[in-house]
Amino acid sequence: MQTLTNRSKAVDRHPMTMWEKMYLPSIAKGMSITLSHFFKKKPTIQYPEETRPFSPVFRGLHILNRDEAGRERCTACGLCAVACPAEAITMEAAERKEGEENLYREEKYAAKYEINMLRCIFCGLCEEACPKDAIYLSETFAPSNYKREGFIYGKNDLLIPDPKTEPELYQKAVGERARKS
Amino acid sequence: MNITEILFWLLTVVALTGALLVVTSKNPVYSVLALIATFFAISGHYILLNAQFLAVVNLIVYAGAIMVLFLFVIMLMNLNTETEPQKNKWLKMAGTVAGGCLLLVLVAALREADSKSTIAMVNTGDTGLIQNLGKTLFNEYVIPFEISSVLFLSAMVGAVVLGKKE
Amino acid sequence: MIQLAIDLAFILEKAILIGGIITVSLVVAMYSTWAERKVAGFMQDRLGPNRAGPFGLLQPLADGLKLFMKEEIIPNASNKFLFILGPGLAMMTAMMTSAVIPWGKQIEIFGRTVDLQIADINIGILYIFAVLSMGVYGIMIGGWASNNKFSLLAALRGASQMISYELAMGLAIIALLMLTGSLSLKTIVEQQSAAGGWWNIFYQPLGFLIFIVCAFAECNRTPFDLPEAENELNFGYHQEYSSMKLGFYLFAEYINMFMSSVLMATLYFGGYDIPFVNDASLIESMGMNTVAILQGLSLFAKAAFFIFFFMWVRWTIPRFRYDQLMHLGWKVMIPLALINMLITGVIVLIKENGWPF
Repeated sequence: MQTLTNRSKAVDRHPMTMWEKMYLPSIAKGMSITLSHFFKKKPTIQYPEETRPFSPVFRGLHILNRDEAGRERCTACGLCAVACPAEAITMEAAERKEGEENLYREEKYAAKYEINMLRCIFCGLCEEACPKDAIYLSETFAPSNYKREGFIYGKNDLLIPDPKTEPELYQKAVGERARKS
Repeated sequence: MNITEILFWLLTVVALTGALLVVTSKNPVYSVLALIATFFAISGHYILLNAQFLAVVNLIVYAGAIMVLFLFVIMLMNLNTETEPQKNKWLKMAGTVAGGCLLLVLVAALREADSKSTIAMVNTGDTGLIQNLGKTLFNEYVIPFEISSVLFLSAMVGAVVLGKKE
Repeated sequence: MIQLAIDLAFILEKAILIGGIITVSLVVAMYSTWAERKVAGFMQDRLGPNRAGPFGLLQPLADGLKLFMKEEIIPNASNKFLFILGPGLAMMTAMMTSAVIPWGKQIEIFGRTVDLQIADINIGILYIFAVLSMGVYGIMIGGWASNNKFSLLAALRGASQMISYELAMGLAIIALLMLTGSLSLKTIVEQQSAAGGWWNIFYQPLGFLIFIVCAFAECNRTPFDLPEAENELNFGYHQEYSSMKLGFYLFAEYINMFMSSVLMATLYFGGYDIPFVNDASLIESMGMNTVAILQGLSLFAKAAFFIFFFMWVRWTIPRFRYDQLMHLGWKVMIPLALINMLITGVIVLIKENGWPF
């Protein structure tokens, strides 16, 4: 029969020789292999303490961005929701009131902004669609949860910490990658 | 009453209770377990008589090997009280008569025997120790000993022949 | 008046010794479960349990707590009394072996010289065999009482395997006994200690090989773990068990492993004899108690190596098929043991009477 690859091997069915019948040499060989693995360096990454380095194009959990003054950038235009292929994003818009200029950058803002992380496929199209640089995909995973409701992330889960009041947390949320660029 | 006597009575009670349970219990698995308990008690008696080798061999051979095979058979046959066949009335009667006859013979034989007055050597005899037993077996009783091994051989050959027959 | 002729101090001494040895073997068994998982992990390029405490050292406690917290399920169709008796028997027979093993020479406490051995009986090895043959009952009773076909099959497999390998094991030891001329474990150890490093392994390599293979089979360890073969018998004879009753069965396996490791060290590797030094002269220079502790440690080191060996083999060699197991036991091990016995007998005779030709 013609073989497809040159890697195929015929099964060896010759009767065992005396040396092979004793089994002990092959057992010793197997034991030496396992013992050598005993002393090998383990490739395990101990997750919470150690993390794998992310690739530069990694797309993780979303964050809603603020500007330098700490105002929310999102204007609830809905382009991200339209762009989302998984239909994971919903939002409700509201008008900015007098005296809220330090909270929201434009006259319109998102009163409610929800992303269902169970639907989200982390494609990053929302990031590309956003005209205001308001939504970004960060370097973190979605943590596990006991309930489905826990995976629907609201505004207080998504918003980045205020750079004015909590500069350290802000830096952490921005992440290694953004700081470099 | 010293410790040997206490142990003697304790072991006797265990042995007799075990033996009674073997006969009376409905479940054959319980019978086997009771028989094992009896063997243990008898081994204890052997130790009190300073026959340690006999005690341990009794445990290894009877409790450890033969009773395991008994248990094998009973477990595989699944003998329960429900599946037990109803025995014939005449058969029961014959069994009672046979048992009674055996009891009669035993009582008659032991009544006249003079062994009842002799007391067993407790903790003093040394024939039961393994060195002495070995020497006795292989010097004085070497011919009966070897003949009994021929008996075992023939039993083994018989088993092989039965096993080979399709 | 009834007089009880009992030496109270003697009973106290033995009770403390028994308690100590039982505690030690339980702790060793506990940490064997941890070591098993660690060794398995390391051999498979993993790390093994390392979250509970430093290096995962509290893992056995967590496991034990988990087993205690589990719901105790007794199947309706099972035989309740025997179902509970099974694990108890398994545990008891596993612990009983320790009675005749010498753990060290002697220590001196409060002016009493105490032998570090529970009972020095002159039929020590036969006693171990008797206990081993009792070990079958724990498995058989548990498997049968579960009223489950898989459990029953596994119990029968386990029992027949243990009986078959007991024979070869006995024959291997008989060859050893021809050399030592004594059944007492203490005498055997003392002879090896006096021989100065010439342990029995050098006289009986084939016997030791047979013994270790049979010990694997007796402990139901891989490659002979057919009674608990997961892929054909679900979980084997303890399939219906839960909670600490299951824990008892699993624990008994590890205690058996520890005991057979100690037995191997005692019979073939000089027992508590400290290698490369003369124990008798060490006692004079360092005192009896220090040497006794060192001897105990030496025995434990030897046993620890064998426990590691048990695990090493478990994570290397796949399981035998049942007919292969029986073939190995009856057609390979027993003839080999007989040949070994014959050779040993001839050599002993020649040594005693000189070369006759």
